[in-house]
Amino acid sequence: MVWQVLEGLSRESAKRLRFVPGIVCIDEGAACGLSPEARAKALAEMKLILQTVGFPWHVVALEEVFDLPPSVLRCFAQEPVGTEGAYKAAVDSFLQQQHVLGAEGAGDSPSLAQGEEQLSWPCTQDPQNPQSPDRPPTAAQTEALSRLFDSVKTLTAKEELLQALRTHLILHVARTHGYSKVMTGDSCTRLAIKLMTSLALGRGAFLAWDTGFSDERHGDVVVVRPMREHTLKEVAFYNHLFAVPSVFTPALDTKAPEKASIHRLMEAFMLRLQDQFPSTVSTVYRTSEKLVKAPRDGCAAGPPGPRCLLCMCALDIDTADSATAFGAQTPLHLSQTQPPTPPPTAPCCSAGMGRVQGCCGGARPCEREDPRARVIEQLCYGCRVNMKDLPSLDPLPPYILAEARLRSQSCFPRACIEQQIQEYLVEDSDDEAQTGES
Amino acid sequence: MAAPLSVEVEFGGGAELLFDGVKKHQVTLPGQEEPWDIRNLLVWIKKNLLKERPELFIQGDSVRPGILVLINDADWELLGELDYQLQDQDSILFISTLHGG
Repeated sequence: MVWQVLEGLSRESAKRLRFVPGIVCIDEGAACGLSPEARAKALAEMKLILQTVGFPWHVVALEEVFDLPPSVLRCFAQEPVGTEGAYKAAVDSFLQQQHVLGAEGAGDSPSLAQGEEQLSWPCTQDPQNPQSPDRPPTAAQTEALSRLFDSVKTLTAKEELLQALRTHLILHVARTHGYSKVMTGDSCTRLAIKLMTSLALGRGAFLAWDTGFSDERHGDVVVVRPMREHTLKEVAFYNHLFAVPSVFTPALDTKAPEKASIHRLMEAFMLRLQDQFPSTVSTVYRTSEKLVKAPRDGCAAGPPGPRCLLCMCALDIDTADSATAFGAQTPLHLSQTQPPTPPPTAPCCSAGMGRVQGCCGGARPCEREDPRARVIEQLCYGCRVNMKDLPSLDPLPPYILAEARLRSQSCFPRACIEQQIQEYLVEDSDDEAQTGES
Repeated sequence: MAAPLSVEVEFGGGAELLFDGVKKHQVTLPGQEEPWDIRNLLVWIKKNLLKERPELFIQGDSVRPGILVLINDADWELLGELDYQLQDQDSILFISTLHGG
């Protein structure tokens, strides 16, 4: 359970921070198997605290991932509209808002709140209404979410999936409401554990993004981690000494035994090591500071490379590399040597040229085989390993599958070309391929 | 030869889940031969207060790493950890900083 301190954004009169934050709270009760009463109770407590804080807040249920558009998985280059010119208007409306909220909203009250891991707050120049209408999620969505999490075989994969969905949801809320930055409350200890866990999960390539101060992989919305210098112990003491109100809700792995998931194991390992060697966490943290985000090609002007479908990092897999285990893992291109059969029912290539016709026949196995391979192909190594624990992709929210379909269609020509080469490399037993080539 | 002590034991950060959700416990420790220290208190808690999953709270002789102990709002490391002798009306606070429980 993670505690986050909302530092005195209004109280720091010496260096008053010049942005207007809002708070997003995600209700993950359905994923954790909480009863509706327990969720409602936790939500009520949370709202009480949020109201005293005085910033605009949004409570979002995790079930809303089923309503997300596929565009949430795309990376936009520019900032959301309305940042520059609207500043004055934003400040005006903020001042009005403060006036309306009265003295309690102003900087006097300890604007410190604590929540669990799902509390993160965006900062913006475009404040919203103090309250967002919350529509309780429908039973069907809750059911679908439970089904999704129940179908995942291991706790590790569940946690990773939860993390991904949570990120997408926060991103969506941030984009909808015009927030340009999202601040999360990961502490030093938490990030050190995350670093080691990421290494164990095969996400070593993205450590700099996962644990660095700022994470710009989403393009327009930047995720920053201002609390990364404070250890959990400091945070806990601070919260206690300053009587910061907190709400605790059980998470996915509450009361799980130590070896239930890689996250738990790593957490136990790090904390135990820290007990005996007090500089463990800070050493790991300092090491993470040295990680540099090197661009893959070193060319900023070039077209952005393909990105992972779930975590949106630049793909670290070279699909043409058949010498490694990754190549063997992705039989998508290499085993497409099935003889092309009857003409396609739906035109999969928009250009109806003769040349394309030939590879269309050969590449159609791409369409015919299950979409699972199509989705897997677009994931980074870490996400692929997680997907192994998900026996079927059906329970996934529709936006993920839709985006996967879209991307595979747009990169079809590449698959076509590879298919052509493949057919040349193999015995020329495919007549159609030869006739297809002009 | 220790007189009965009255101390307040409090749990935070999720540790209260192991104690039926009750955060504050005002307990009276019975008089016994040796003076009460944190070590004995932990054994007493395990026997009397802990409702489930003792391994999530206590590990061996001490608390599980990741659980902070504050004695009268001070870190127990400054007061001798397990060997600190309890006084009457002390306040012991256990805060869990762990992800689960």
